[in-house]
Amino acid sequence: MTPDARDALVRAGFSRRSFLKGAGALIVGFSAAAVVEPFAGSVLSAQGPFGSQNRAIAARVDSWLAVAADGRVTAFTGKCDLGQGMFTAQLQLVAEELDVAIDRIHLIQCDTARTPDEGTTSGSQSTPTNFNHENLAQAAATAREALVGMAAKQWGVPADRLHVKNGVISDAQHPSKKIGYGELLGGRRFDLALNPQAKRKPQREWTVLGTSVGRVDLPALATGTVEFVHNVRVPGMLHGQVVRPPTVGATLVNVDERSVRDLPGFVKLVVRKNFVGIVCEKPWQALQAAAKVKATWKPGPPLPAQASFYEYLRHQPSRDSLTVDSGDVEPTLGGAAAVLKATYHYPYQMHGSMGSSCAVADVQGDTATVWSPTQSAYPTRSGDAMLLGLKPEQVHVIFTRGSGCYGLNGADTVSYDAALLSQAAGKPVRIQLTRKDEMAWENYGYAYVLDQRAGVDANGQIVAWESETWSPTRGGRPGYNRPGNVVTGLLAGFEPSPFEPQAARAPEGRFRNGSNAAPSYVAGCVGGACGGAGTIKSERVLSHTIDSPFFTGPLRSPSRLQNTFAHESFMDELAAHVKADPVAYRLKHLSDPRLVDVVKAAAKQANWQPRPSPNPARPRTGIAHGRGLACVAYEGDNGYAAIVVEVSVDQTTGTIAVTKLAIGIDAGPISNPNGLRNQAEGGALHGMSRALGEEVTWDEGKVTSIDWRTYHSLPVGFAVPAIDTVLINRTGVEATGAGETTITLSAAAIANAIFDATGARLREAPFTAARVKAALAARA
Amino acid sequence: MITLTVNGARRQVDVDPSTPLLYVLSDELGLRGPKFGCGLGQCGACTAIIGGRAVRTCITPVDTVKGDAITTLEGLGTPEHPHPLQQAFIDEQAAQCGFCLNAVILTAKAFLDEHPHPTEPELQQALSGVLCRCFVQHRMFAAIRKYAGLSSTAHRAEGGQ
Repeated sequence: MTPDARDALVRAGFSRRSFLKGAGALIVGFSAAAVVEPFAGSVLSAQGPFGSQNRAIAARVDSWLAVAADGRVTAFTGKCDLGQGMFTAQLQLVAEELDVAIDRIHLIQCDTARTPDEGTTSGSQSTPTNFNHENLAQAAATAREALVGMAAKQWGVPADRLHVKNGVISDAQHPSKKIGYGELLGGRRFDLALNPQAKRKPQREWTVLGTSVGRVDLPALATGTVEFVHNVRVPGMLHGQVVRPPTVGATLVNVDERSVRDLPGFVKLVVRKNFVGIVCEKPWQALQAAAKVKATWKPGPPLPAQASFYEYLRHQPSRDSLTVDSGDVEPTLGGAAAVLKATYHYPYQMHGSMGSSCAVADVQGDTATVWSPTQSAYPTRSGDAMLLGLKPEQVHVIFTRGSGCYGLNGADTVSYDAALLSQAAGKPVRIQLTRKDEMAWENYGYAYVLDQRAGVDANGQIVAWESETWSPTRGGRPGYNRPGNVVTGLLAGFEPSPFEPQAARAPEGRFRNGSNAAPSYVAGCVGGACGGAGTIKSERVLSHTIDSPFFTGPLRSPSRLQNTFAHESFMDELAAHVKADPVAYRLKHLSDPRLVDVVKAAAKQANWQPRPSPNPARPRTGIAHGRGLACVAYEGDNGYAAIVVEVSVDQTTGTIAVTKLAIGIDAGPISNPNGLRNQAEGGALHGMSRALGEEVTWDEGKVTSIDWRTYHSLPVGFAVPAIDTVLINRTGVEATGAGETTITLSAAAIANAIFDATGARLREAPFTAARVKAALAARA
Repeated sequence: MITLTVNGARRQVDVDPSTPLLYVLSDELGLRGPKFGCGLGQCGACTAIIGGRAVRTCITPVDTVKGDAITTLEGLGTPEHPHPLQQAFIDEQAAQCGFCLNAVILTAKAFLDEHPHPTEPELQQALSGVLCRCFVQHRMFAAIRKYAGLSSTAHRAEGGQ
């Protein structure tokens, strides 16, 4: 590593070094190497968070916490802030469990030289992972107990007599007797294993957790002083761009370097199999030069036509899985008073980050440093190592915050781009993708075809429910060994995870609803035990996965949103068929008390008046008003939410305005009420944008939704609905995820409200004016 | 050499005069407020206030703004002494990832400077060319109304119209 690069490393977020030096602390655990020598290589293996070596590291308190001689605390986490507020929430957690003021804690997030490998910050797993019974929470509880124990031993008094406040331990019987954490530990290591029995602070005693601590990063964000990855500047840094193929699946025939080599600032044209990139001295030069690269490409096979894509999906080889199958759906439907069927369609959608993805890499011989906005620091380290021909421990990935990602956006692929360009140029290289390169080559959220079928008995009770879905997938998260799962890895010669058709096997083990493939209303009986949220015993849920023409990957509430759109719309169709109130009808078929409670909370907040849909007083023309509800037990048991939306439908133009939102949410014990509200509100509006306008489009060869004119997001300025959120602060249960709950519900709730207002049923998202008008025209 | 006045200070830069101002602000001058979002003038991430107007710097050649006062998000206030509009965003916790704050705050500021008492639809229109993909709109409008002294009950009455 060059002195320049080392300096840059220090500048780019290594302030902790000076902070700790000032505090005179001895840095502990595997982090020590990184601090003594900015990058001496991590001792962690590339096994992943559950590898035995990493598990051993995660089992040590010193991997999570260090106390300096002056009592200041450094905490290390593998769950990073992607805009969801995890930075502040984790500070609260450490402050609460350790009894230290927030401003005395420094949190280091997602750095492969310093933090434990917690895999990927995704899937509504950060709170469950770090706030329940292990990892950061348990490390802090263990540390506090150990520190109190040390004081008790030193003073020769029982530990239960001692109190801690702001990192100072005192003796209840001798109030003048005090000792601080820093003095006790004196900058030494804890040298302790996480104690699963260490007592956690009971929720009723919380003073920091459970309160709406303001986001500590907000003053800097609001004044433009935060260092995003986009702002990382390394001395000697050059600027890159990529030249992606003109069509999906095209392969490179040749590139003519003469087309660019005389351009101002030109440094290098980089070609690696089908990967083409360019490095220039300045960013504007790189952008202009990339557009002038003369390359010849051999087109790939034509893309399936978008107009018939949903039908196409039904006829492809598929990998099938059964979530649940009671084996009696056909005979039960045969004996039902009525059988309803409906098909729902959901398009590919984009993460569409506001800032296109950016990374900076400095590859020098056999070491590499990558500043990346990835959700997956360690997996990205492995992927970069594979691309660079290095060992994972020779690559140092430093998470640096990016534009909100909402899942697998371009963060990983651009981290590969930067590494390849820097290796070829022999200098640090920064690349920020163009809007088109970001949007045309993302790992899109899954398109879906969803068939629903159910029978009702003579009393209107649902007696059987079958869900069968088709969804395309290709690539996805690269994990530790699949860089080909995103576009740069593929272009550079790595294959994506193979697609292998496979017949469904009978469900075994226990009922799992991680993708919300099963509706909330089924009993979910597998292996003699029923784990569903509902009461319907005759149940079958079959999912077909198809090879996708485009890369796909997790996008906020992956599959859970699409499945829930179908289930919650269909539940409303069933309720309407039997002329039941949609809320009462749901409650009749639910058994999970937490889901029941959020439905009731949202309905109450919305002042829901029981009656069947559609509204009997609806006008046939002009503006019509309606209300609709949807609910979900997210991933079966990882967060509970219900929303009621009110819409007005302009039956002349087909435009929808959402005028009100009422939300009920239960995420277990609430770490930060205002933060939870922010997630619930933002999720619902994000879901609204996806429901009303967002759709990836393509022609015979390429994606055509490549900017904000062709991909339709709601802007900041629109008639934002009034939002009322009811938080259910449930005690005595585990904390769950929250960021993906309400987004799961918007599409179904809006479709249900449109139906209530007009009697027209929208079964294909997004609900564009043209589709609304078509549904209005198709009304009976 | 091109001389610019950025956040009250005169700065000299040696760049191709056709370079979009954004690259000068963020790469030559190292400012963190203006950001590249789309490079097409569609999202607002690159906004700076120039001559009282919110300008998309990603499509504004640097030599067209030589004589003008350029204000970026960091020129409005500091973390210790934020501008009242920035303070309103902090008070309302009106952010998630924060990448769009440059766009939203500067666009609102330039608009409110010219229209201190806007109607709700006027405010919406002013921000209709700006994106926030975390969808913090609800809080952002609360912050902007608070700063501008507009009541939220008026909003409720007009909401959805």
